[in-house]
Amino acid sequence: MAEGVSRRSFIKTAGLSAAATMGPGMVEVALTVNGAARKVKIDPAATLLETLRVDCNLTGAKEVCDRASCGACSVLVDGKLVCSCMMLALDAQGCAVTTVEGLVGADGKPDAVQAAFIKHDALQCGFCTPGFVIAARALLNVNPKPTLAEIKGALAGNICRCGAYTNIFNAVLEASGQAVVADGG
Amino acid sequence: MNSFTYVRARNQAEALSSLKDAKFSLPVFKGGGLDLVDHMKEGLIAPDALIDVRGVRGEGDLAGNGPDAVEMKGEVIRFPAAMTLAQAANSAVLRKFAPVVAMTAGSAATPAVRNVATVAGNLLQRPRCWYYRNSQFNCLKKGGSTCFAVEGENAYHAIFSTGSSPGPCHIVHPSNLAPALMVCDAVVHTVGNADRKEIPIGKLFHGPEKGVTSEHTLEAGELITHITMKARPVSGFYAIKEKQSFDWPLVFACVAIEMAGERIGKAEVVAGAVAPVPWALPAVAAALKGVDPKDERALTEACALAGKGAKPMRDNGYKVGLLSVAVKRAVMKAAGVAIAGEEGR
Ligand SMILES: Cc1cc2nc3c(=O)[nH]c(=O)nc-3n(C[C@H](O)[C@H](O)[C@H](O)COP(=O)(O)OP(=O)(O)OC[C@H]3O[C@@H](n4cnc5c(N)ncnc54)[C@H](O)[C@@H]3O)c2cc1C
Ligand code: SF4
Ligand code: FES
Ligand code: FES
Repeated sequence: MAEGVSRRSFIKTAGLSAAATMGPGMVEVALTVNGAARKVKIDPAATLLETLRVDCNLTGAKEVCDRASCGACSVLVDGKLVCSCMMLALDAQGCAVTTVEGLVGADGKPDAVQAAFIKHDALQCGFCTPGFVIAARALLNVNPKPTLAEIKGALAGNICRCGAYTNIFNAVLEASGQAVVADGG
Repeated sequence: MNSFTYVRARNQAEALSSLKDAKFSLPVFKGGGLDLVDHMKEGLIAPDALIDVRGVRGEGDLAGNGPDAVEMKGEVIRFPAAMTLAQAANSAVLRKFAPVVAMTAGSAATPAVRNVATVAGNLLQRPRCWYYRNSQFNCLKKGGSTCFAVEGENAYHAIFSTGSSPGPCHIVHPSNLAPALMVCDAVVHTVGNADRKEIPIGKLFHGPEKGVTSEHTLEAGELITHITMKARPVSGFYAIKEKQSFDWPLVFACVAIEMAGERIGKAEVVAGAVAPVPWALPAVAAALKGVDPKDERALTEACALAGKGAKPMRDNGYKVGLLSVAVKRAVMKAAGVAIAGEEGR
């Protein structure tokens, strides 16, 4: 046996069939979006964002920069914040995808982050809002009482062209049960 | 984006054989896919097969599935090539035994990018030169005959050159991680056409005088499996950026030191965003020897050597001064000396 190949990795690689391939051309893919199983037929080049918006009719995530630079397309994949515009939908197979639509509770009540965004008027045009809400939710899931600096760090990949940042930070402070910063304007 | 075949490789054998499969004309390995998808959207490359290698974690039992993908045996730290930048930033082992790597990974890009970007993909990502990234400019790096940065907008380009004279291409190496791994004497482990290879990270990259259309020395079909490196418990990173939120650094520095009492006994200094490769600063490292990091005047003097030999372009002379500051602050970070104006940051 070749040097450096352990018995275990040898057994794992020996006698395997060819790797799983999909495409070229349309492929059927099973995704789990907001807890529901979905089957979609997509091209392997489809991004997760296109698949969510076009094939799943979930238009909360927005396309703005299309290059992972603005956060408008943010979704959670297995609980982790990602830019869906730069992730292939095929990379999300077998993962749990959560969009902003999925944050609303079964009773129809908005998530604490959504409610705080409304209360603090944390938006102007609103186009960046779904992305900010998802990024804030990703933060609070792992850090329920973040400092202002931690909030800024976690939202660093989200851009608000209208400049509603102060109210956005306040909304996240409120959603985590903390005092808002004095200058709310 | 062009259409392609998507291959999910479960182990090295599958990854390597898929890359050699005769039915593909331009197959590529895919980590997080961020840089590949960027190139494909811009129409810069059109691979007909993307081989997802994130399930491939190198030989043996290092699956990288535990809470910390990083493993430490004695003085040697090891992690899989498909570890994400977020995993590197949060690794308890790296934070304690190689803080320069954790800090650098945690400062690169945005939280969402770090959750997807892999270590190997970060090292092998292509440069950010805006002429290169724009399909309208057929520059030298894309097989054209001109470097548009020479006469054009070069504020973010190189101030040092690897060859005897600057150019022919003036990119800065894009990877934040590479200089951090260099001060930890990292070794890149690959499998490929022939045998397993161990490549000291400094030898992974080459300057434009050795070939302008690529930045690394891997052969086609060579797969990075894992990285090993030395523990550098007293180490630090400092980047100077135009924005406080995410941004590509204008310049940055990675430093590892060994203290001899109150003074620096030994130092390694590598800068980023100043040259086509991660840029080692041996003269600064030598000058830091014997300096007390709390003695700001002595530290400033040693770090002033950082810009020596720089040949700035029309718009990037500012980088020379910034570099000395970045190196000085990286030393202070490593040594735990407070930086004025940055308390609580
Ligand atoms: C908004 C934004 C900001 C950014 N800011 C920064 C920053 O500040 N600092 C920084 O360093 N980076 C930054 N980046 C770049 C980012 O870090 C890289 O795009 C990312 O690390 C690429 O990793 P990936 O796994 O997605 O690579 P991929 O796109 O999957 O691959 C990149 C290259 O590596 C090859 N490859 C991948 N894995 C292997 C392997 N195991 N063996 C052999 N070849 C392999 C691929 O074939 C391809 O050529 C930024 C990116 C964005 C979008
Ligand atoms: S610096 Fe390099 S990548 Fe940029 S335009 Fe010149 S040749 Fe092209
Ligand atoms: S649209 Fe995806 S990050 Fe901007
Ligand atoms: S509210 Fe308009 S972009 Fe943020």
